[in-house]
Amino acid sequence: MATSPASATSQASEITDPNPALEARGLSVFYGEKQAVKEIDLVIPARKVVALIGPSGCGKSTLLRCFNRMNDMVSAARVTGSVTFRGTDLYDPAVDPVEVRRKIGMVFQKPNPFPKSIYDNTAFGPRVNGFQGDLDALVEDSLKRAALWEEVHDRLYDSAYALSGGQQQRLCIARTLAVKPEVVLMDEPASALDPIATQRIEELIHELKQEYTIVIVTHNMQQAARISDLTAFLYMGELVEYGPTDTIFTNPREERTEAYVTGRFG
Amino acid sequence: MSGLGTGLEGASRAFERRRRLKGVVFAVLCAAATLVGVVALVVLLNDVLGDGAGRVDFDFLSSFASRFPERAGVKAALFGSIWILALTALISFPVSVAAAIYLEEYAPRNSLTRLIQLNIANLAGVPSIVYGILGLAVFVRGLGLDRSIISGALTLSLLVLPVIIIASQEAIRAVPSSIREAAYGLGATRWQVVSHQVLPMAMPGILTGTILALSRAVGETAPLIMVGAVGFIAFTPRGIGDQFTVLPLQIYNWVSRPREEFQVLAAAGIVVLLALLLTMNALAIVLRNRYQRHQ
Repeated sequence: MATSPASATSQASEITDPNPALEARGLSVFYGEKQAVKEIDLVIPARKVVALIGPSGCGKSTLLRCFNRMNDMVSAARVTGSVTFRGTDLYDPAVDPVEVRRKIGMVFQKPNPFPKSIYDNTAFGPRVNGFQGDLDALVEDSLKRAALWEEVHDRLYDSAYALSGGQQQRLCIARTLAVKPEVVLMDEPASALDPIATQRIEELIHELKQEYTIVIVTHNMQQAARISDLTAFLYMGELVEYGPTDTIFTNPREERTEAYVTGRFG
Repeated sequence: MSGLGTGLEGASRAFERRRRLKGVVFAVLCAAATLVGVVALVVLLNDVLGDGAGRVDFDFLSSFASRFPERAGVKAALFGSIWILALTALISFPVSVAAAIYLEEYAPRNSLTRLIQLNIANLAGVPSIVYGILGLAVFVRGLGLDRSIISGALTLSLLVLPVIIIASQEAIRAVPSSIREAAYGLGATRWQVVSHQVLPMAMPGILTGTILALSRAVGETAPLIMVGAVGFIAFTPRGIGDQFTVLPLQIYNWVSRPREEFQVLAAAGIVVLLALLLTMNALAIVLRNRYQRHQ
């Protein structure tokens, strides 16, 4: 090996937090023989926006999916190491992945509303989780948090498919918030949207960090620079550098990071 | 030919004409192939309706079989077919859909699953008479169900099972994985993902496959002869343990008689059978449209 994982990670993880939202230790993901994520240590502080950047195939989406055990869906994927959430290792055999996903929500690359009404989309999570309170109020609150309420309040029972792409994605965010998660994972949430819709999503992320911890994968470096507090640069499955977004973009320690953020490769 | 030219050297007019001609010939051949099916249907309908439509009336539908052709009707066979059809649907639909859900959503992707899958595909191609023999051995003799409607329905259920399973699997597979991910991401359990999202979206396809499979079953004769459907019956079934006959068998029975009047009866029976089939196909379309509108 060119670089030993130990030295790479000790350099990379400068961020510490006594009470982090999520903490990965020695996290690796294998797809069959191929190792997609290599021994990553990463501390994600609460109520911050953390951007994962890197070229295609660098393992950033795979890493993101470790945080709510979405990789369990891929039968060939194998995860080693640990992810600690509120003092519990998410990969402890006693942990139910369904419980994990209630606390750690996810928004996907392409808007993927259910073929149901706007109301039913938002209410799906609370319903399947046995919510007993005032569902109408929860739906309204979630849609307001996702900055969608004004646009849809008079047509809650119309199909979600009638909404524009940007509205659909905000509906997907509202749907995630309705389950009352602590962490929201976003996998390139604006990559399928036009610039105006993208801007609305970015503004929304900025507001959401008051209450939620957000981990966002993005291909768009300007976006990472605009919205994140911390940025992690991944390359070939390794965490190359992790630090305050300003530092990563203006004064990175690693040459590879600088080459990537200045657009010399990737 | 085209005033624009191709810019390629040697792309002569002769070549241009030839490839256009090829395109036209191909389209004509395809249209002719389509016509074979349409013409066959028109000839069949014309022949059968010409012979039998005049004989189909309320008396024909409400009379039992008789040695006197002017008094004979299809009541027993029509009721038998409907009983068999309903029971077959009740048995095969839940079993098939459950099997398809298991194979698509739960089963691990390993060699055992692939082996089961291969077996189901092979079962779909087994001749129906073989199912008849199986039904005779297992249901009529083995379980002692005798020559009854339930024996017939169970046998036909085995016959349509693989077809419905495969159609249902395809419908379930057509549900985008992004929908499953979204539901799992909200903390839904596997059962909730399947029952709230996957099944409703797959339902139009499943229903269409089921009704088409049942349409085949309602025309089956061989396996039902094996499990003891009889040609002459003068009562309607009162329960699943009764003896029965079905429309195709009654038609066959009439065709095999020498007198001209019975041939007309057979044609009339075919008209009734076709009407039943077309009703089922129409139902398939209505159900599919209805589910699609709900989404």
